[in-house]
Amino acid sequence: MKHNLILRVIAKYLFPVIALFAFYVQFHGDYGPGGGFQAGVILSVAFILYTLVFGLDTAEQVLSPGVLRILACTGVLLYAGTGVVTMLFGGNFLDYDLLALNPIEGQHIGIMLIELGVGVTVSAIMLVIFFAFAGRERS
Amino acid sequence: MIDIIVGHYNYWVVIFLMMAGFYTVIDRGNLIKKIAGLSIFQTSVFLLYISIGYVSDGTTPIIAEGFTRYSNPLPHVLILTAIVVGVSTTALGLALIVRINEAYGTIEEDEIHEQDKSL
Amino acid sequence: MIEQNLSLLLVVIPLLAAPVTAMLPAGRLPWLLTLIVSWTCLVIAGWQLSVVIDGSVISYELGGWAPPWGIEYRIDAMNAFVALILSGIAAITLPYALRTVEKDIPRHQTSLFYAVFLLCLVGLLGIAQTGDVFNLFVFLEISSLSSYVLIAMGEQRRALTSAFQYLIMGTIGATFLLIGIGLVYAETGTLNMVDLNLRLQPILDHRTVHTGFAFIVVGIALKLALFPLHLWLPNAYKYAPSVVSVFLAATATKVAVYIMLRMVFGVFSNDFVRITPTDQMFLLLGIFGVILASVTAIYQTDVKRLLAYSSVAQVSYMVLGMGLASVLGITATLVHVFNHALIKGALFMACGALVYRVGSSQFENLNGLGRQMPWTFSAIFIAGLSLIGIPGTAGFISKWYFMLAALEQQSWLIALVILLGSLLAVVYMWKIVEVMFLRPASDNVASVKEAPVSLLIPMWVLVIANIYFGFYTELTVNVADSAARLLGVAAYHE
Repeated sequence: MKHNLILRVIAKYLFPVIALFAFYVQFHGDYGPGGGFQAGVILSVAFILYTLVFGLDTAEQVLSPGVLRILACTGVLLYAGTGVVTMLFGGNFLDYDLLALNPIEGQHIGIMLIELGVGVTVSAIMLVIFFAFAGRERS
Repeated sequence: MIDIIVGHYNYWVVIFLMMAGFYTVIDRGNLIKKIAGLSIFQTSVFLLYISIGYVSDGTTPIIAEGFTRYSNPLPHVLILTAIVVGVSTTALGLALIVRINEAYGTIEEDEIHEQDKSL
Repeated sequence: MIEQNLSLLLVVIPLLAAPVTAMLPAGRLPWLLTLIVSWTCLVIAGWQLSVVIDGSVISYELGGWAPPWGIEYRIDAMNAFVALILSGIAAITLPYALRTVEKDIPRHQTSLFYAVFLLCLVGLLGIAQTGDVFNLFVFLEISSLSSYVLIAMGEQRRALTSAFQYLIMGTIGATFLLIGIGLVYAETGTLNMVDLNLRLQPILDHRTVHTGFAFIVVGIALKLALFPLHLWLPNAYKYAPSVVSVFLAATATKVAVYIMLRMVFGVFSNDFVRITPTDQMFLLLGIFGVILASVTAIYQTDVKRLLAYSSVAQVSYMVLGMGLASVLGITATLVHVFNHALIKGALFMACGALVYRVGSSQFENLNGLGRQMPWTFSAIFIAGLSLIGIPGTAGFISKWYFMLAALEQQSWLIALVILLGSLLAVVYMWKIVEVMFLRPASDNVASVKEAPVSLLIPMWVLVIANIYFGFYTELTVNVADSAARLLGVAAYHE
């Protein structure tokens, strides 16, 4: 697809729009429908579109499998780490009330962190899966 | 009678999808078709849960002015988790199929059995 | 602060360690971290059991949401017992893993291998800890998905097809469980096990409840490898890497037994088992399972497959215990869960040692090997005696309790089946002894050395545990008895 000018131009314009929508879904998730899982998938779609048009090699220059693995692990750690922090504050696992002085604010911070962890992991994992399948040599 | 058929149409869809998926898993020898059947089978269960969560005349469970009846959000949350499980299962199944194809050169179950027997 | 959270940390510590392990460089570091985590889990599980052994219950609310709305971890004697078995087996398997994994798994995959191993442990421990049926489903899928990956890491290409077959069967089982949970949720509006139990009692005759129950039982039976749904198990155990065979053989089906007990007796009830033909069904499948799986084991020509069929037979004993539906029956089942984990752990470790030295577990490659590898052979011999149920071994204790439970209800047929199962076990274990000790050594065997010490020590720890728990029965029987009573099972009387 490297020579298809229309696709290349359109993809370049679509990428930021898709990514922006992903971030909207991510950070609006505690007020309306949305959240880390959906946002992660949408964000990975932006990268998958980019990969389809510009090729696997170009995409891996942006996000190498090593970086993706670390991102996937970091997301899980962020999720579980939030739970551990609430325990350190003397509450139960994932008891967000204790993350701020005011329980409502605490719930906001907590759900934000959790969903961020989910979003990072999901988008990284979707890309790992896609790259793994796309990068496999035909036998 | 009509009431049972029309009034529960979502459950009929669930049963149809469930049986279609389950049959595909059991009957088809092609591994990809098996995974496709498995996905349909799982999807029917998602639909079952969503049906359970429906409250008549209820809206999306988001607090807003002017609405007092909401659908039960809990089944939605449960199914979001089950969808993740389903995606992982499908991805893992397909990855195994890629490896099987590399090792055997086929993804037809009977041909794989044939090769294993000849060893 | 630490103490109140320990029951949760049992799940969270391996969960945190898994991604860290995945990021570590390949080599021995991931193994070391996994080892430390599993021993920490063992300590916590031991502490947990010491707290609840007197019949008390630990309740932990996740996120501070009160049950039945929030997820609750509810630990009574049975949960703690199962968690102790799981973390104990993991802790003893890991020293064994070091050498075998270096041989079985390509070096660049070791960190991922141990990460997946930890995830499997997370899933299994989560099942043991949780008091929420949907949470249980999620943990079941975490452990299952990671065990498919672990099995597919076997050297031969048939590992892939075995893992695929297990994936299909396991997912169907899990989806059935999900359907059942959904139907029961539709009837009761709750997912908390204790709350479900309360709300189900007045509506035990509803058709939706019966349908949900049927889906749940069939779903778990697939995971349990209950005869005749056991077909995925022999290949999965045979083609998996040695250490995975050890770990899964000693834990996976045991956890499924726990789920079955918890769902059937804890969530539904003993009454429900008696008003429906559930107990007869368990007895029937158990009888067929013990006899047919043992007979099939006799005809195997591969040690790993033989032991796998023997596992199906032993699981059928546990199902027999459930079918008896009395305190003694459930006690026997739980005691056997513990003892069988010790027996099969030791046997599969010995089997892995044979594969480590000879590269195969086929009988034709093992002729006369017993004289070359005396320690491994005697481990097989003693664990085999325990499997048969010779007095002085752990296996005898569980067979004894099965016998008591059967005789209490004057079920002579079941008593006969238990004896017959032991006799068949003598036959198939004798086949291994004959091949390894009585046949003349073939050429390929002459230069084989004894297995390395790092394989022998964990193996012999389990063998000695087999003898120890054959004399010291206080822990196993007391815990199992109090767990059975907490489950709401009444003593048999008629």
